[in-house]
Amino acid sequence: MHIVVCIKQVPDSAQIRVHPVTNTIMRQGVPTIINPYDLFALEEALKVRDYHGGDVTVLTMGPPMAEDALRKALTYGADRAVLLTDRHFAGSDTLATSFALSQAIAQIGNSFGTPDIVFTGKQTIDGDTAQVGPGIAKRLNLVQLTYVAKIASIDLSARTITVERRSEGGTQVLKSELPCLITMLEGTAAIRRGSLEDALRAARSEIVKWNAAEAGIEDITKCGLRGSPTVVKRVFAPTPRAEKATQIDTAEKTVRDVADELVTSIFTHQPALEHELSSTGSA
Amino acid sequence: MGTQKSKASPPAGGRADTKKKLPERFRDYRHVWVFLELERGQVHPVSFELLGEGRRLADQLGVQLAGVILGPPGDSTQHAVSEAFAYDADLVYLVEKPLLTDYRNEPFTKALTDLVNKYKPEILLLGATTLGRDLAGSVATTLLTGLTADCTGLDVDADGSLAATRPTFGGSLLCTIYTLNCRPQMATVRPRVMRMPQRSNKPIGRVIRHDLRMLEDEIVTKVIDFLSDGQSENANLAYADVVVAGGLGLGALENLQLLKNLAQTIGGDYGCSRPLVQKGWLAADRQIGQTGKTIRPRLYIAAGISGAVQHRVGVEGADLIVAINTDPNAPIFDFANVGVVADAISFLPALTEVFIKRLAPRNPMRLVN
Repeated sequence: MHIVVCIKQVPDSAQIRVHPVTNTIMRQGVPTIINPYDLFALEEALKVRDYHGGDVTVLTMGPPMAEDALRKALTYGADRAVLLTDRHFAGSDTLATSFALSQAIAQIGNSFGTPDIVFTGKQTIDGDTAQVGPGIAKRLNLVQLTYVAKIASIDLSARTITVERRSEGGTQVLKSELPCLITMLEGTAAIRRGSLEDALRAARSEIVKWNAAEAGIEDITKCGLRGSPTVVKRVFAPTPRAEKATQIDTAEKTVRDVADELVTSIFTHQPALEHELSSTGSA
Repeated sequence: MGTQKSKASPPAGGRADTKKKLPERFRDYRHVWVFLELERGQVHPVSFELLGEGRRLADQLGVQLAGVILGPPGDSTQHAVSEAFAYDADLVYLVEKPLLTDYRNEPFTKALTDLVNKYKPEILLLGATTLGRDLAGSVATTLLTGLTADCTGLDVDADGSLAATRPTFGGSLLCTIYTLNCRPQMATVRPRVMRMPQRSNKPIGRVIRHDLRMLEDEIVTKVIDFLSDGQSENANLAYADVVVAGGLGLGALENLQLLKNLAQTIGGDYGCSRPLVQKGWLAADRQIGQTGKTIRPRLYIAAGISGAVQHRVGVEGADLIVAINTDPNAPIFDFANVGVVADAISFLPALTEVFIKRLAPRNPMRLVN
């Protein structure tokens, strides 16, 4: 069994600040991490491998420094890492990204064996689009199973897979076929720490580095800015609210008095709400 | 995986003015389409919010607004058709097939892609739900067109191009995105980001039926079961009128009960900020904010939430935001309407008590009758 996991190195968005004057992102000193949702995908892939055998290849597209994310993935126990890096990829939107990654996955198939499952996280924390996974699936003509909370079973001889997938108001249980692409939801499993053996191997491992041509991409116009139908025209900061909150003074008052004042203030703003809440009898 | 733009700064202006260079094959793409999400018989309310938004765009462009409905033959699909007109669609494209009963990517992608290729919309909007995001990504890739996720603002610029604005970097910045040289221009919008429009009694208008040339045998994925969340645990947070949410200021897992007590007292739902989900105190579908749910209640009470930008994005549509936090400099006070500098743990029970007293029937004698 061969599994490919697509990961992305992202800035830790919780630590990003916007420059108050220039409204630009201040990236200096912001640590990069593996997109948290991709870690759930990696963990699931490693579990499937541990149970069914085979190997796990992690793939990322990004600048040369994205090698750090791959090495980290190797310490968790991935068997092989591929870095897709080329200046031609700069400015790729989700359509161009899914093209480049799908070509690289095809090349991984040629070099290391056709993948049975391709995993991604449900979305990244910097782009939040959830579009690249479905894009890769479509390009590679793979069945796509998104927002998967759990892999219920895999039957390797019958080439079938059963998953639980979150949807609005419930969970769909789907039975499908291999090969497929799965995007993993958060919180399905604790992420393993990785063994000392894995850490040593990760440090020694050679990371496969491909540029566009090495990944088998012939038509470079499908990559980067040229291959991206969407273009960012303007970046700006959200408009700050004009007035600050009306502060309820708490000095020398009991908690009960402050609460009283707050409720009065709420119903002054929302008189209709008071009437409705009283008449529904929810209190 | 999946950033809209991986580069630090946008390209210099000018590229967005290339509508005149639109390839010949896209020049007859017209009209605004809204995909009406029908899952398990119910139209998702986000579809109506999008019809309201689509109406505005169509009027600006001087074109028609169409609803797209894919579903099984039967009452639920017919109901969706009448609802599309009630929310002011000019026409409806309808594909009715038994194999569209449950959502599956393959038949839905084919149906929507075929409709686009045949009837050529200029703008196609979908809800950013699990269904909408699953479908939109496949359709946009099949059509090789642009797709902008989770938009918070949609507009038509001077030359008629769709300007789609969305949060980026966790909501700390907004960016406006154009789709150049490809049609349709596709965008998804999360539930509750746009206002719910007025419903009218408009009768059913023109319905264009389309056949889906696909057989059940051709579809690899089968739905084995559906485990409903059930009514009691159905966290319909996004559509609650009153929401109470807690953050790290709650201090300990058992203090969640204070939050639930208040929510129950005022007939509201409860949620939390991201750290509480990361601690495992509440499920991810209770999370409010950029990576959680967008809410639009009439009253929102944030207890012990500092109000990082990621949280702000999810709540700023609320009519009244009340913040309770011990730190007077917490960012939540920058976007709340009413603030109390207090410890949520001691303040929540007092607040609950006051609400109980205030909301009790005015004349207790009435209860006897």
